[in-house]
Amino acid sequence: MRICITSQGNNLDSSVDPRFGRCQYFIIVDSDTLEFEAVENPSVVAGGGAGIQSGQFIANKTVKAVLTGNVGPNAFQTLQAAGINVITGVSGSVKEVVEKYNKGEFKATQGPSVDSHFGLR
Amino acid sequence: MIISIASGKGGTGKTTVAVNLALSIPNAQILDCDVEEPNSHIFIKPEIKTKKPVFIPVPEVDKSKCNFCGRCSQVCVYSAIAVLKKDVLVFKELCHGCGACSYLCPQGAIKEVNKEIGFIEVGEKINLQFVHGRLNIGEAMAPPLIRAVKKYINSTGINIIDAPPGTSCPVIESIKGSDFCILVTEPTPFGLNDLVLAVEVLRKLGIVFGVVINRCDLGDEKTDKYCQKENIPVLMRIPFREDIAAAYSRGVSIIEALPEYRKVFQELFEKVKDGKFS
Repeated sequence: MRICITSQGNNLDSSVDPRFGRCQYFIIVDSDTLEFEAVENPSVVAGGGAGIQSGQFIANKTVKAVLTGNVGPNAFQTLQAAGINVITGVSGSVKEVVEKYNKGEFKATQGPSVDSHFGLR
Repeated sequence: MIISIASGKGGTGKTTVAVNLALSIPNAQILDCDVEEPNSHIFIKPEIKTKKPVFIPVPEVDKSKCNFCGRCSQVCVYSAIAVLKKDVLVFKELCHGCGACSYLCPQGAIKEVNKEIGFIEVGEKINLQFVHGRLNIGEAMAPPLIRAVKKYINSTGINIIDAPPGTSCPVIESIKGSDFCILVTEPTPFGLNDLVLAVEVLRKLGIVFGVVINRCDLGDEKTDKYCQKENIPVLMRIPFREDIAAAYSRGVSIIEALPEYRKVFQELFEKVKDGKFS
């Protein structure tokens, strides 16, 4: 199962980035094999609309779920329209998050967890 | 002639200066461009004659024509369109109405539809023409509404523009094209900090300007010293007086509460008009 975890670094030992739209890296990982790809987020310094850009970017990566700290309203709407499950409140290392995901410890969130511009604060 | 009143810092007395100036000179027009929270009308109490909605064009996507190529999303600098594999999302509140998406769509799948962002009210009070814009609640795009307000500028008369605070797009939109800009400040560290920013903006825009120091007997000397050093004329000083504050709190202009001030504002206008600042 391909999932995306927002990360502060480019490997599985990195910490989860608590922001979605302006996270440093997206780690796209196969939750079964732990094979992964780390993609630098082009929208880190976007003037505005980072959540939408990131949402669109991930939607085109064909993942089942996004795991992150927080997600704002526009990013949530974009991911939801793309049929991607959004899981918020996630922390720890990327590897730990994958393990927890495999154990079924997370539940998809039903709405945005923060307001617009949260990642700029 | 167009005289705009701006400040940098909020709450320094832009509206106080704009309203009293407009009420002191005959046959002027006041345009309140602080469309996010216009308040000149509170002091002028104009009789509103017309009310008109203002629109911006936003994209509407015909999904039966769209092939999800993503061109619209690539050209949108404001991220107002997201293209997914089988869906297109339009975030109208981020759209600036530039039209690039509909112009460049290879499928001709995007047309522009009007979205109301606010309205304009036009009225008058005895010898004063009054115009203001009001942005709808939740709307972020002030400049198109400010442009609509400024269409009412009377090219042969005296126009007083009450600008919003700050130094961002709505301020630029309000003050550009002015013949003179009055910067209202207060002699406090915050007042001075934001005055310096506003001065940078005006110099960049090439607009002639001077300063009015409100609550001039508060704070410190630094604002005066700054103006001296930068060769900026201090056009007028308004003291920190309880009777002025009390009138303000009741929505009464200074010249109505303290008629001797009419002459002071007329002198301010003469200085600005003649470009004689000493």
